[in-house]
Parts: sequence; structure tokens; C-alpha cells
Amino acid sequence: MSSTETVNVQTSGAAPGYRPSRTLPLRVEARRQLSRRRTFVVFGIMVALPVIVWAAFAVGGTPSGRDGSPSLIAAATASGVNFAFAVLFMASGFLLSVPVALFFGDTVASEASWSSLRYLLAAPVPRARLLASKLTVALGFSAVAVLVLPLVALGVGTAAYGWGELHLSLAGSLPAGTAAGRLALVAVYLLVCQLSIAGFALWMSTLTDAPLGAVGGAVGLAILSGILDNITALGSLRDFLPTHGMYAWVDVLQPNPDWTGVVEGLSMAVALALVFGALAFRHFRAKDVVS
Amino acid sequence: MPLRPRLTRRWTAAAVAALVVLGGGTAVAASGGGGAVAVTEQDQVFTMPETPGSSQSVRIDTAYFTTGDATPRPAVLLAHGFGGSKDDMAAEARFLAQHGYRVMTWSARGFGKSTGAIGLDAPDREVADVQRLIDWLGHRPDVLRDGPDDPRVGIAGASYGGAISLLTAGHDRRVDAIAPQITWWDLNDALFPDGVFKKLWAGVFFTTGGTGSTNGGHGGTGGTDATGCRFTTALCQVYERAALSGTSDPAATALLAQSSPDSVAGSIKVPTLITQGQNDSLFPLSQADAMARAIRANGAPVAVDWSSGGHDGGDQESARVQARTLAWFDRYLKHDQGVDTGPAFRVTRTGGVSVSAGQVVQIGASADRYPTVDGTGRRTVALDGPPQAVANPAGGMPPAISSVPGLGALGQLGGLLGGNVSLSQDMPGQYAAFQSAPLGSPLQLTGSPGVKVQVTVDGTAPAVLFAKLYDVAPDGTTTLPHQLVTPLRVTASGPVEVRLPAVDHDFAAGHRLRLVLASTDLGFSSPAQPAVYRLSLAPGTALTLPTDAALTDDRSSLPLWVWLVPLVAAALAVALVVTGRGARRRRVTRAFDQELATLPLVVEGLSKRYQGSTDRYAVKDLSFRVERGQVLGLLGPNGAGKTTTMRMLMGLIRPDAGSVHLFGHPVTAGAPVLSRVGAFVEGAGFLPHLSGRANLDLYWRATGRPEADAHVAQALEIADLGEALERPVRTYSQGMRQRLAIAQAMLGLPELLILDEPTNGLDPQQIREMRAVITRYAAGGRTVIVSSHLLSEVEQTCTHLVVMTQGRLLAAGPVAEITGNDDELLVGTGEMSAEAIDSAVTELRRLDGVASVAPATEEPGLLVRLDAGGGLPVAGLLAELLRLNVPVERVGPHRRLEDAFLTLTGDRA
Repeated sequence: MSSTETVNVQTSGAAPGYRPSRTLPLRVEARRQLSRRRTFVVFGIMVALPVIVWAAFAVGGTPSGRDGSPSLIAAATASGVNFAFAVLFMASGFLLSVPVALFFGDTVASEASWSSLRYLLAAPVPRARLLASKLTVALGFSAVAVLVLPLVALGVGTAAYGWGELHLSLAGSLPAGTAAGRLALVAVYLLVCQLSIAGFALWMSTLTDAPLGAVGGAVGLAILSGILDNITALGSLRDFLPTHGMYAWVDVLQPNPDWTGVVEGLSMAVALALVFGALAFRHFRAKDVVS
Repeated sequence: MPLRPRLTRRWTAAAVAALVVLGGGTAVAASGGGGAVAVTEQDQVFTMPETPGSSQSVRIDTAYFTTGDATPRPAVLLAHGFGGSKDDMAAEARFLAQHGYRVMTWSARGFGKSTGAIGLDAPDREVADVQRLIDWLGHRPDVLRDGPDDPRVGIAGASYGGAISLLTAGHDRRVDAIAPQITWWDLNDALFPDGVFKKLWAGVFFTTGGTGSTNGGHGGTGGTDATGCRFTTALCQVYERAALSGTSDPAATALLAQSSPDSVAGSIKVPTLITQGQNDSLFPLSQADAMARAIRANGAPVAVDWSSGGHDGGDQESARVQARTLAWFDRYLKHDQGVDTGPAFRVTRTGGVSVSAGQVVQIGASADRYPTVDGTGRRTVALDGPPQAVANPAGGMPPAISSVPGLGALGQLGGLLGGNVSLSQDMPGQYAAFQSAPLGSPLQLTGSPGVKVQVTVDGTAPAVLFAKLYDVAPDGTTTLPHQLVTPLRVTASGPVEVRLPAVDHDFAAGHRLRLVLASTDLGFSSPAQPAVYRLSLAPGTALTLPTDAALTDDRSSLPLWVWLVPLVAAALAVALVVTGRGARRRRVTRAFDQELATLPLVVEGLSKRYQGSTDRYAVKDLSFRVERGQVLGLLGPNGAGKTTTMRMLMGLIRPDAGSVHLFGHPVTAGAPVLSRVGAFVEGAGFLPHLSGRANLDLYWRATGRPEADAHVAQALEIADLGEALERPVRTYSQGMRQRLAIAQAMLGLPELLILDEPTNGLDPQQIREMRAVITRYAAGGRTVIVSSHLLSEVEQTCTHLVVMTQGRLLAAGPVAEITGNDDELLVGTGEMSAEAIDSAVTELRRLDGVASVAPATEEPGLLVRLDAGGGLPVAGLLAELLRLNVPVERVGPHRRLEDAFLTLTGDRA
């Protein structure tokens, strides 16, 4: 350990080569998260689900819609896009919230639980930057998880039931190309819809050092919101629930798409994500890190 | 209630649960709207001459709805539909009464409790009755008057009730505004379109009137005839003749014309809100079209509304129609100029199903001008197909199926219930079909398409054909919009202009149009004589499809909160971020202190309370400084506040008071100067799923600094993990993690290295190596801070010490100064008397090389300090002590610090 090298200290007092804006690059954070088992499990589930659903249809025969149940599932085997939408419908309510809650809820809390958080902060990675990097990577992972599901479902569905137009028992049919475009839109919509859960999970993640607590809290919120959403007596109050818009995309699956519910869902998701995100930043910035 | 057979109702109710729910909601809204004002109903039976001048009389059962106040207000007459009674109108009557109208309902002749024969809105019967009701209203003090015996009055009603509103307006100038719904303009055209008898509907119509559920008494001369017909005798005969022959005759035509508003077309000059159902094979949109054209020609304001309902069922949109009717009367009876009566033309379109709303979504499309069924624009679509022979089966059986009372709604249901099954059916051999190429772009048809067809009839009987236009999806699924069909009577071979039913339908791109001409239809009479017709299209024949470019979908208005909520949320988010502890802190960042720039660490007045406590301190008023090149030991028992202090040095926790400067730069969370500090605080922190090497690599990359600055090799040397470096950290032992963490702290060879209890969990060999590492590290002018709760630990490696206990500074300075000089020796003795001690002290002071002697305080013994020059070696001192008979038990360096330490921590240890 030679001792004579001179250090050109910056005016900020930082070591040479240190720039706050270069700390915790997204690539690094992605690598840190990517090799985790839970990441693979989540992606695995997203890939496996369409196959499982297909297998279930293969074993159990063509699905029959329950009374009042959405016809999307009843028409699941009509074509590849039909299958993709049916899978998306099954996953909409709750399943898609889980990976999002996991990626966002776990991101800071797991670092705290491993004690690696304090080393990152002392590196130093500025707190806002650390949260921003983690948020971005979690968003990227969530996007992959949420988008991979319809993509795989479309692949599995097309292989099993062929490429054809989307049959909508309620409103005729849509050409396959249009339907595939809508599928992409719907997938993106669902991703944005999850942002409210994501924001809440991130906030929880800064509040606790227990990753399970943060993830569980966010999933709990999704469940609670889902339950409240079923209480029709709440009327239009339900419009303000974080998960209210999760099925609104079904309304655009018709020749004359109704975007009202989707716009409402986007509005709530963005609003809640902003508030929860701000709470996360506010709390994390001033937090005493004692983990 | 509109004329609607019970069959239809049952089907509708049973099948379209969603619509029934919607209807239920409507009813609630209607009865609940403005419920603050109590509405009283006053029933009264009028006795009226059967016909003007007749000695016979009929009794007309009426109800008068008011809110009981005396203010003169406009009146509204609400007429019920065929087969209904005044009770059907009670809800709407209360609704209007609550909105400032005097409302009268009545049961028409032959319905409800009213007596008399059904005259089908005959001018000298039903119309005369209504005129007498208007007379009565004209004498009411609480009804607004335009002149003597001239009340301000509007009439609204559906079907049978709609026709009476038109007919009364045509016969009585006192009527000021009307709102007819799903009704007829020309009864001849409605029941005998192009001379073809609409037998199924006519049958339903006449038999409902005849054997309906009405329970009224049958007074008067009409009454029930032998066949159970409760119409006037003349009407009963017309029906019987038509039903038998399948054709009309001049007497019938004349009679039906009397009951047609068409007959008084020139006299209807009042504002008219026309609502016609799109699902209506009985009174199709063409009836409303003729109505609108005629009344508009008279100069009266007209609005046309193509609702989703009609006699074939579907959602009647009662709530919307009722609201629009109210607005219409507000504008033209109350003369409230501020009321929006809606667009001149509106079409209800099915937008599909809203899952979020849980119902079928209807969207409105509107235009400022009524385009008529000819449209404001047109598109032509070429049709193609070979000449075809169409057989007319003997007796007209089996018939093709298109419009059957109630089937229009069912046709839509077919779509709703998931079937792509078209309910319309054509019999093979009995129809000709001509099809278009797939549409290149969507086509919104609004109106009545036309096409010219070459027909060759054989034989003398006039040929009857039924024209319909199918929407053919690419997969072959066919849809007959609203199940509508136009009959046409062809008397001679040659080209025939066919006007197809008026509809509003969206043909999607890629769909084909199929023109079908069938020889039979279930709903109509067709010639019984077998025949074969030849149908063909002239080359280049095209369908002309009316469109209305001005007709645009009403943008479904998004609730205001959709825009407000994100804005409020954004403002709230900004407020949350700019306020809060961290934000304020950042604004008052203390500046760089040049004087302290050479000092690696300066701690001043540092205090930190326990969380949630106001007066219990983890660290209290701690001050010390560290010079370059020092190895500082931060010494204190467990709980002395060492780790808390170190966390504050790292900017991990914020001091409640005081400051920390590193190289002159104040420490805050994430201060850039921390990049010159390497730290190992309270255990290792690694990602368990990654290998040791990956952990170090990613950690360094997370700092964002150049890879060359890391000096990984040197760090790895310290870690000394060998092959374990490639294993996931979760497989490491405590000591391995410890060494890896210290290696991580040394990455980049920071100028200040902070190590918290670095030897915990290491074996003696490793402890020795660690000490060497620390010493070597500091030798190059770098600074190291080591915390420990063991004196022996710091004593051997540190140059300087900071001693803490219970959060306070106990001592600070060079190790020797604190731990005591090696020259000062504690001579442990057995019990000695005071005299013996005094004498020994005195004797020893005299010796050369002894600087000072004092009795030890903590234990029996003497404290002896030898001169630095080494004049007297310890062995020499020992010899002297023995010579003085001091009972020496041991001689060793005096550890003042340890003594103090033990004293201070004795209770806890």
C-alpha cells in the first residue's frame, strides 16, 4: 500500500473521478437485482402462466363463461389474440400487482435488511439518486413482467389457436392487427395502472427494513382496494380506488372503444403514484439509516 | 307505455337483465327526482259524447297532477300507449308536475277504466276527447292561459299516445308543443308499406286492442263485436278484410288516413320533438322522417331523435327521452330561452359494454341539422352478382325471417349473449343476393340506402319482394341491422328502385354489404300463388348509401376530476418534496471551512437523541479532531455511542446538534466528500446472492468512479478469501464477511478509513494481520479511525484515542497520554501500613532515575515514574523495592485508562 500518490481533490471535497450523477448507474442496479432468485421466479411465472392456462383449456376443454362473467374468458380459445386478452383479464385484478409490489416494495427494504444500504449511501450515492435509480430499475423490471405476460400469451395462443381476429361476443370482432395493437395499448395501460401500487410499495419500502413487510403492505393495499371495489354501495367513490381501473381496458375492446374508464384509471394511477412517490422521496431523504 | 306486445316485454325482461337494471334505475330516478315537492293526484271521470252530436256517451278516466299551488303554470297532457292506461303515465306525470307543470293523464277510449270502442285516434273520437280535456284545462285557474279557453298546453306520449299528440296538434290550434315518440305518421304506409300487408304486426295490434288485459267496462255503441274486436265496427271490418286478403282497399285506406297525422300535416305548426326507435319494424324511421319533413315545412322547430328502442324492444332510453321532453317543454311552454333542447338530430349508437359501469354503453351522435333519411352526403358501393331466379313458394310458406315483433331486440340480444348467430333467415331458392367487395374503409350509413334492381315477373299477380341489406363480416357472419326489411310490390317487369330501411349502422372496413331480395317474409303477407321471379343487376349497379358527415359522436364527457386529481396530486407531490426536514436542511448547507481543510475529521458539539426521546442522548456534545496520519481509536464500552457517532460521520443519521467536517467539508447525507472516506460500520453489508468479487465490483461501480482507482488487488489481498471469492456471500462465515467488508472499505484507498470493531469475529492470527494492515495503511499519510470496546485492541494499533462512555467524551489525545506512560509503573503490593508506605515513598524519591512516586489509589501499591533517560531500569527499581522491604507482588505498567474505564463501566459489566 504505497502512500505517496497525490490526490486531486475536487472543490466539492469529493475524491477524484467522483460525480454524484454517475453513482449507482442503472446498469449496475439492474445487475444487482437481476441475479436475484425472486426476479427469475417472477419472470418465470409470467412466462408459465399462459402455458398453464393453455394446458388447463386443453385438459378441461373450451371454457364456458359463468353467468355474468366476462365473455373474454369464454371466447379465450377463439384465436391467439383472444387467448392473450383472456390471460390478461385473468391476471388483471391481482396477479399483475404482485410483481410490481415485489419489485418496488423490495427494492430499498431488501438493501436495508442486507445492511448494504448504508454502504451505498456512504459511497456516497445521494439518496434521491439512489431512490431514482431503484425506482427506474423496478419500473423496468415491472414493465418486463407486465408486458411479457401478454406477449407470451399471444405467442402461446397463436400457436394453439391460430392467428385470427379478436372475437368479442359483445361487440362483434376486431381484425387481428387492430386487436394486437389494442393488446399492446392495454398492456401499457395495465402497467401504468399498477403505478399506484408501485408508488405505495416504494413508500413502504423506505418505511421499513423488512422487505416482506413492504411487499405485503402493497399487496394488501391491492387486495383491500379490490374488496372495496366490489362493494357497489360505495358508488362513484370506487372510482378513486387504486385498483378500480384495472379492468377498465375491457371497454376499449370494441369497434367503438370507450376510453372513459381507461382515462379515469390513468388519472388515478398517475395521481396516486405521484403522491406515494413524493412521500417515498420525502421520507427517505430525511430518514436516519440505522439498518 | 308504447304499444308493445307482452311477448316482447317478457323476452326483453328475461333476456336483457342489464337493460332491466337500467330501467329500474330510471324509475328510481324519475320518482326520486326533485322529490321535495309533494305531488297530488286528482282522479276524475269525464263523460263525453261518443262522437260530436251523438246521444251516446263514453266515460273517460283522467288524473290531474299538481303540486297544489295556485300559480298558473303550463299544462302537459301525457298520453299512454296502445294497451296501456293512464296509470302507465303516473311516474312521468309526477316528474313533470315537480318540474312546474300541471299534468293530465287519461285512459283513452277502450283502455283502462275508460269506456267506448277504440277509434285508433280518430278525429271525431279520441282527438275530440283530448280537445275537451284542453277545454277543461282552459278553465283551471292554476293553468297558464294564452287566451280565453286557451291553456298553454303540450302533449307527449309514445306510439298510440304519440299519434294523438300529433293529431290533436293538427286539429286544435291551442296545442303549443308536442313530443311524440315511436309513433306513426301515415298508418296506411305503416301497415301496408308499398301495399304489402304487415300482417304480423297488424294482428298483434288489433288483437291486443281486442283481447288485451284492459278491464274497463264496454259502454257505448262500439263495444265488443262477435269476434272479440274492441275497435269501432268500421275498424274491425278493415282488419278482417285485410287479414283475409292481405291487401288494403279504398275504404280501409280512407279510414286509416283519418287516423294518420299525415292527413293534417299542413296544420301541425307547433314545436315538435320527434323520438323514433331504431328497433322498430312497426313504425320505422321513415315514419319519423315524413313527420319531420312535413312539420319543418310548416316552419315549426323540429328535433329528431333516433333512440335505441322502438316497438321491437331494446333500451327505450326512458330517462333520457323524459329529460329531453322536459327540456323541450321548458323551452316551448315555459318559454325559458336558456334551456338547451339538444341537437336538431341525434342518434343513439351502441358503443358496446362498459365493464366498469356494468352496462351496455350507448353513445350519442348528433348534428345541428336533421339530414333526413336521404343523408347530407352519400357513398356508393358497387354490387355484384349473377342474375338469379327467386321462387315464391305456394302459400308463401315457409317464409324468410327478418322482422318479427320483438325480434329486433332479440337480434341485438343475439349479439349481447355471445352468439354470432344471425336470427334472420332466408330460405334457399327464395332469395337473390348481390354482394359488394370488402369495404376499403369504414362506412357509417345514416339513412335509407337505395339501389336499382332489374326484376322480371312472370304471370299476372304482382310480385312482392322483401329487400334487406346485410353486413357481412370477413368470417362470413351476417348481421341484418335492426332486423329491418322493406317490402316492395312489383307490378311489371323492369327496373325497380328499391329504398332499403333507414338505419344508422357502421359497416367496418373489410366487411361486405349484401343486398338480399326474398320472396317471403314472416311479418308480411305475400302472394300465395307460386311464381318465379328473375332478379339481376345492370352492370355497374351500385348501392347509394346516405351518410351525414356532420353527425359526430358526442364526446363522452370525462368527469372533471380526471384532470383535477393528477394536478392536485402533482401539486401535493411537489409540496411534499420541497417541505420536510431534508429539504430545509439542504438549503442551509454549511459552507466549506478552509481552516479545517487539512484535518480529516473535526467533530464539534455533536449530539444525537434516541429516537422519540427528548432528553436521552445516544451522543451528547461530542467534540474531537483527527489529524492526518493518525490512527484514532474510538474507545468505549458497548452502548457508549461509538456506532452512532460513526453513522453521523457517514451522513447516515442526522445529528440533532453539532457538526461533522471531513477535510473541511460539512457532512450531510450523501455529501460528496464522503467519497474520500471508506467505512466499515456495524457489520458487513453484501448482496447475499452475489459472489464476493461481484459484490466488490458492483459496489465500486455504484460509486461511479473510474475502475482504475479501485485498487481491487490490494483490497482482495486484505480480504484473503482465495477461491471463496467466487462463491455467493451467503455461504461465507462471519469472519470472511468481515474481511470482505474491510476490503470493500479500502477500495479506492480512501484518505480516511473508518472501521467499526474490525476484529470482531476474527481469529487471533487474523486479528494480528488486521492490526498490521491498519498500521501499514496509516503509514502512508492516510488516516484511520478504529472503534473498539477493548482497550488492548486500540492500544496496540492506535496513535490517538477518543474515549467515550454513555455518549459523552471521556478523554481524547495521544495513546500514551491517555493510557499512561510506559515509564509509570504500578507496583502492586500486599497490605502495607501507612507508615510503611510513607517510608517507602520517601526512600524511593531519593533514588536516581525516579521522577515521582505516589501511593496508588485504587489498590494497594505504589505508582512509580522513572526518568525518561532510563537511568534506572525496571529491574533496578525492583531490586530497590525489595531492598526497602516493600512486599512486591507484581510490577507492571500503570493503565490509568483501564482503571477509569472499569470504574465507569463497573456497574454494567
